[in-house]
Amino acid sequence: MADPAEVIRFQVIWSNLISIVEEQARTLMRTAFSPVVRDSSDLSAALFDSQGRMLAQAQTGTPGHVNSTAAAVPLMLEEIPVDQLSPGDHLITNDPWLASGHLHDITIASPVFREGVLIGFFACTCHQLDIGGRGQGPDAASVFEEGLAIPVLKLVESGRVNDVLMKIIRANVRTPKEVEADILSYVAANEASTDTLLAALDKLGLTGLVQIGDEIIARSQASMVEEIRKLPEGTARNSITLDCYGTPVDIVCELEISDGELRLDFTGSSTASTRGVNLVYNYTNAYASFGARCIVGPQIPNNAGSLAPIKVHAPVGSILNVERPWPVCARHIIGQFLPEVVMGCLAQIVPERVPAEGAACLWGIQLRGGPEIDGNFQDGGNWAKDRYEVLFFNAGGTGARPHRDGLSGTAFPSGVRAMPIEVVENNAPIVVWKKEFRPNSAGRGHYRGGFGQSIELSTIEGRPCGLFAMFDRTTVAARGREGGGNGAVGNLYLKSGKPLEPKGFQLVGPNDRLCFELPGGGGFGPAEDRDPAEMDADRRAGLVTDKQPDRDKGD
Amino acid sequence: MMSDTAVRIGIDVGGTFTDFALTMPGGIKSLKLPTTGDNPEKAILDGVGRLLAENSIAPDQVESIVHGTTLATNAIIARAGARTALLTTAGFRDVLALGDESRFDQYDVNIVKPEPLVPRWWRFGIEERMSARGDVLLPLNEEALEQIAVQFVGEKIESVAVCFLHAHVNAAHENWARERLKKLLPSLSICLSSEVSPEIGEYARFSTTAANAYVQPIMAAYLNRLETGVRALGLTAPIFMFLSNGGLCKLDTAIAFPIRLVESGPAGGAVFAGDIARDLGEEEILAFDMGGTTAKVCLIDQGVPRRSDSFEMAREHMHRQGSGLPARIPVIDLVEIGSGGGSIAHIDSMSRLHVGPESAGATPGPACYARGGGQATVTDADLLLGRLAPEDFLGSGIAISKEQARRAIGEQIGDKLGLEDVAGAMAISEIVEEQMAAAAREHAREKGVDLRQRTMIAFGGSAPLHAANVAAKLNIEKIIIPEAAGIGSAVGFLQSHAVFEISRSIKMPLAEFDAALFNREFAQISAEARSVVTAAAPDAEIEESRSVSMRYRGQGHSLTIAIDARAIKPEDGALFLDLFLKNYTAVYTRPLEGIAVECVGLGLRASSVGDALPAKNILAADTRELPVKAALFDLNAGKFVEVPMLSRQRMAGGQSFAGPGLIKDDGTTICVPENYTAHCGKGGHIIMTRQTVAGGG
Repeated sequence: MADPAEVIRFQVIWSNLISIVEEQARTLMRTAFSPVVRDSSDLSAALFDSQGRMLAQAQTGTPGHVNSTAAAVPLMLEEIPVDQLSPGDHLITNDPWLASGHLHDITIASPVFREGVLIGFFACTCHQLDIGGRGQGPDAASVFEEGLAIPVLKLVESGRVNDVLMKIIRANVRTPKEVEADILSYVAANEASTDTLLAALDKLGLTGLVQIGDEIIARSQASMVEEIRKLPEGTARNSITLDCYGTPVDIVCELEISDGELRLDFTGSSTASTRGVNLVYNYTNAYASFGARCIVGPQIPNNAGSLAPIKVHAPVGSILNVERPWPVCARHIIGQFLPEVVMGCLAQIVPERVPAEGAACLWGIQLRGGPEIDGNFQDGGNWAKDRYEVLFFNAGGTGARPHRDGLSGTAFPSGVRAMPIEVVENNAPIVVWKKEFRPNSAGRGHYRGGFGQSIELSTIEGRPCGLFAMFDRTTVAARGREGGGNGAVGNLYLKSGKPLEPKGFQLVGPNDRLCFELPGGGGFGPAEDRDPAEMDADRRAGLVTDKQPDRDKGD
Repeated sequence: MMSDTAVRIGIDVGGTFTDFALTMPGGIKSLKLPTTGDNPEKAILDGVGRLLAENSIAPDQVESIVHGTTLATNAIIARAGARTALLTTAGFRDVLALGDESRFDQYDVNIVKPEPLVPRWWRFGIEERMSARGDVLLPLNEEALEQIAVQFVGEKIESVAVCFLHAHVNAAHENWARERLKKLLPSLSICLSSEVSPEIGEYARFSTTAANAYVQPIMAAYLNRLETGVRALGLTAPIFMFLSNGGLCKLDTAIAFPIRLVESGPAGGAVFAGDIARDLGEEEILAFDMGGTTAKVCLIDQGVPRRSDSFEMAREHMHRQGSGLPARIPVIDLVEIGSGGGSIAHIDSMSRLHVGPESAGATPGPACYARGGGQATVTDADLLLGRLAPEDFLGSGIAISKEQARRAIGEQIGDKLGLEDVAGAMAISEIVEEQMAAAAREHAREKGVDLRQRTMIAFGGSAPLHAANVAAKLNIEKIIIPEAAGIGSAVGFLQSHAVFEISRSIKMPLAEFDAALFNREFAQISAEARSVVTAAAPDAEIEESRSVSMRYRGQGHSLTIAIDARAIKPEDGALFLDLFLKNYTAVYTRPLEGIAVECVGLGLRASSVGDALPAKNILAADTRELPVKAALFDLNAGKFVEVPMLSRQRMAGGQSFAGPGLIKDDGTTICVPENYTAHCGKGGHIIMTRQTVAGGG
């Protein structure tokens, strides 16, 4: 029999670590200035051991950040090794190739010292609305146009903020005070978590995280391996075509299950784009792994151990693994489709667990207005007068589940939240005239897909504005599964009639309205099997009408 | 308003039991009756009649009745409310269904989101629009309103929530819609979002208003039946309703805002604890309430439980944040987690031990009930560890099988962790205590509170067993286990005062500090709040507390900071800034430089001042021969050790002793751990204090 005191102590500390990082994520939401962090939880928060292995991660947050942060900490330690760190240091970077794939995300990694010994790290990654450059969009030809790059540096050294670095940051962004305060709030969140962790270790009489960490990782890994071993060995292939920017792009994945490993090989995917829709390996790895984790062992906590048996390969030079300095700003568009591709492979192996395809990519509507857009120089050419930049997230429908309808207007795989329209309209001079479910957009099936949304908006005074379009699924629908129908594709246009491009910056003229039709999710199983009562309910709700087109059936 | 001789009745209608507390000269009488389903007034009237008869009290001697009920909550959980429609701005019919468009679990692809209380076919959009500043962008289309009224009739709609965008800034359209609808459909029940929840954020506001509309007809009918019944018994006393914020209101307020009643039971418990704190002169309290299914923690300062402005109703996945419906109402700020005596323990694929949130409930109950449940629970663990004895369950009439508990824990927990059954029980106890301590820690951190300075007041059936261990994890040195904890909520109702809270949004950078504006706003809401309190408590003295909400400009979250109830002077800007920076640093460790601080809201709470209930008479010392030893499992020693055991009555005789040891109470046990000493204090409450230990921490 094991030593009861040891066994119990381990149980207690594991439970404790998870609650500490969750608390860290909530602190970030409360103290952040970036609206997408404070209102939409576009962030991640995690605890690492002294070697940079992720031990615990907050549920609050978004997968693209979480699993990228997991990879970022070891890479940051290659730049500044552990022996160069002292108490009171905090590392910063927004390097897309080291962290989460674009300059807009700032990662802060803070070493935790106990009695002079480095025992681990707290790290967080948060989205900045502005990081200089052109603004968030896929239009740049290289990363140099996408904003300020911050290499791995000590933002805080032995408790003193690096003023030179802060000055450089302030000088390169449009909202310097907010960005600075934001970055300092990330530092504070890591510091607060450090205090809590040290108190917890004291309480339990532990000196560090080594044993605990090894145990957490070993158990999670063993558990994940066991889940993979329950699947039949073999391979499955799936591909998906996306609108991308101008030329459609293919994402091809081969999944292999053997020897307790789940390997995802994206060889055969399209080559890199000349536009900022490319992914760095970290980000590809993050979202591809997330897709696998949703289906295989979803109850296992996400950490270095549970991620270890998932191996992701993407050829260098493909759109999923570009090198410097290819543009990467809008990498989330394709990134959010990766779980769909991976899940499509798994559907061939465990069809009873895998939902149909959904809208996948969030429709984040990002608008910019003010003198720089409409050339209104009335106030002596004050550039900042009436200037605004606003981003709010909107979700299409998710795919039908094997035993349930898909979720309407719900984000998947992204973990970010939508903002109240009343808040959006307080932040920027726009009016959202409509934001409602989009009838007939869900794929039919025994279980139908989730419905997309229809959104209509204008500026309040009819002044022109600029749209940073980052939308997809406007030509290729979310496919149904097991005989379920496809979801409706997305669509965007001006009320005056002109269609809008799904990608890139576009000017919207005066007194017009922007219209967005978000994609619906695919259905699961033949529509003939659907419960007539459910069909009646959808009709009564006005979500399905006689006008629903008969879309092609999926796979 | 309250005196030693006042006869008053507190009634807490819960899902299973209706609790009564009657105060009369000499002390408190209690009564517990089964709740009578859809007609809760039956049990109430029956109980009130019995209490009066048994204590020879004439109906007209009763001075007041205070009542709290879960009826509204149950109607929402069971989806048994009125046929409710939503009238909203055209284009926003799906606000209730969209929510924040997120999933409350990242990895589970099979989650079920809560269904809105109003189905889409009863959600009507109407042409009208306000801007964020409250300017009319589109006038209300009256013709359309008339057509919708016709549809209401066709669909037999009983209640409508009128929820327009930005109505919290300009309510003209909502008011106009109500006026027209009243004329067209006089019997329709109508709620406006600008009255129920006048704050920014359409999902929370609409959700709160829809829930209010959904339960209003039922609550109105019930409260009318209750009043009629009470009057028929010959009682002339006013009936007050106990609100989720721990205050009282008159029946008409409750009928207008039934949603404000949803958390009244747990709020009653917090008020109960607050009153004991005041009675004992304890300034800062952590209230810890552990029952069969959940545990609740709440911070209490100077006898007043902290409050919050939002609450999540009817969570789909037990207590999972984000899986319920938001209600933005003044509530006592409680954190509730799925840890109770009935919480089920299990081991996952990583050999990780989890306790709860699933609960074995009363049926089938813990494994030791031997009613076919068979699942290892916290109660089973307490039994194996020697904290509970089978005799403790005599009152409930349940025959306890320690063997069943041993088998369940051995097979389901011990074997999987490589532990003996008793060590498995210890693990369950440790984990459930850790979960509760973590909930308290997170809550304290969020509020910027240092728990080490606080005293814990623990009540609820399972609390005495675990309170001291939870307190030890939190470095809390003093724990109070009160008398009469079993009917805590009903007693708490009687401790409450007439209270009304008003908060208002403003927007003022501290750099442009305007004392006159503050004084104007405070004077106005003070008058409003005082008039409501005076209506409920005509002769009472009124006490006010004031607060301002401040934040760094650009942050979404503000800190609410208490200020003195006095006239604000122009130079107070510096004081406000200082208060903000102190609070901010306490909560988030590091203040920010170069960012402007702004004031975004002010709040005022007016409450009547009255006497607390007289302390319960201390029972006479019990001199019976008692079992003086019990066997309690000691983790460090790895075996059972003999510890002293006393009865609560015996403690009242003035004894005190050092832990480890047990104090037998009615149906439960107070565990006194090592390093703690217990004695009986004023009012018959058991008080445990930690001994200072060198190097302890």
